[in-house]
Amino acid sequence: MKKRHKRMILLGAGLAGVSLVATLVFQAFSSNMLFFYSPSDIKAQTVPIDRSFRLGGLVEEGSLKREDDGLTVHFVITDNAERIPVMYTGILPDLFREGQGVVARGKLGADGRFVADEVLAKHDENYMPPEVAEALAKAKKQQEGAAMGTPEEVAP
Amino acid sequence: MRLFSKDFWFQYASPKTFYPLAGKLIPWFAGAAVILTLVGLYIGFFVAPVDYQQGNSYRVMFIHVPAAWMSMLIYVVMCAYAALGLVLNTRLSDMMAAALAPTGAMFTFVTLWTGALWGRPTWGTYWVWDARLTSELILLFLYLGYMALRSAIDDPRRASRASGLLALVGVINVPIIYFSVQWWNTLHQGASVSLTSAPTMAATMFAAMIVMTFAFWAYAIAVALYRVRLIILERERHARWVVELAEQER
Repeated sequence: MKKRHKRMILLGAGLAGVSLVATLVFQAFSSNMLFFYSPSDIKAQTVPIDRSFRLGGLVEEGSLKREDDGLTVHFVITDNAERIPVMYTGILPDLFREGQGVVARGKLGADGRFVADEVLAKHDENYMPPEVAEALAKAKKQQEGAAMGTPEEVAP
Repeated sequence: MRLFSKDFWFQYASPKTFYPLAGKLIPWFAGAAVILTLVGLYIGFFVAPVDYQQGNSYRVMFIHVPAAWMSMLIYVVMCAYAALGLVLNTRLSDMMAAALAPTGAMFTFVTLWTGALWGRPTWGTYWVWDARLTSELILLFLYLGYMALRSAIDDPRRASRASGLLALVGVINVPIIYFSVQWWNTLHQGASVSLTSAPTMAATMFAAMIVMTFAFWAYAIAVALYRVRLIILERERHARWVVELAEQER
């Protein structure tokens, strides 16, 4: 065996070893690598309740309510399986809206309500011009209408 | 066939033959970089439509995404050169690795910086410690560590061996960056463009991004070749051909 073959094998083995170690470490730490928990995680009680953590999901359609002070908002974060009511006082990011993904940091109260001290909007990987977005929303509505069998009623 | 003979390729592993070749290639890649950047930015700013949710601020992705791809790609290429240098003991591959590092670090910095500027209006924050952002920051530290270790050791052979090993261990980070958005919950969104599925963006947006990617490729190659020429001259300054070259220039 030539010397450079030996070096190549040594290097390959070293890299494989480091990869293996990295895989094991990340397997072990996988739950600590999560940036946020979903409402289902909270209902399944896998989340430390008494500490501050991040809750992520979609803002439920029609759940957003503003208090009279103009700063305090109430909304529901859902993952389409479980739902958690959230209260937040402060300025919301521009992208915050119903149906949009958000990540809120805060504590879960005894009444099951999540009191957030920071709300971030989570963007998805879709980029499109407004006309396309409108057309997609329209098509979705029509599809839903067809499924219910009354397309006339849902048409705008 | 000349192209298939081993000697044809191996002759360019010699700094002496590579030096003039690199000099000939630089203007082409530099020119391509300028033209492609102008075309890409024109499509990105004037042809591509506004986004339905973010308005105009999404346009930073025409810099951000190609820069992020380059930051990872350059690291992998750098490691390939470092591995070649370690296994075959070729001086030139180590010099190429050294020449690529500052460009990779620059692209990593641009990625983090443009990402922060985009994150503020979109997410509501400049920075979060999620897996994608943190692993990209580690990539910047790997580049800086590689360059620091290299310059801290005076003997060039020892410097290349130590820094090459550091670079190779750090290559684990590249798949972590790329797949972090799939493996863990992150604030950063998933990939819009991948090899296996259609891009989830309008065609003109995608075109601008691809043109910018090629522009960055051309820029990186041109700058790396320019830098490797300087490294060759510095490292081989006692070689006869370098001395002769210097006398010609004078």
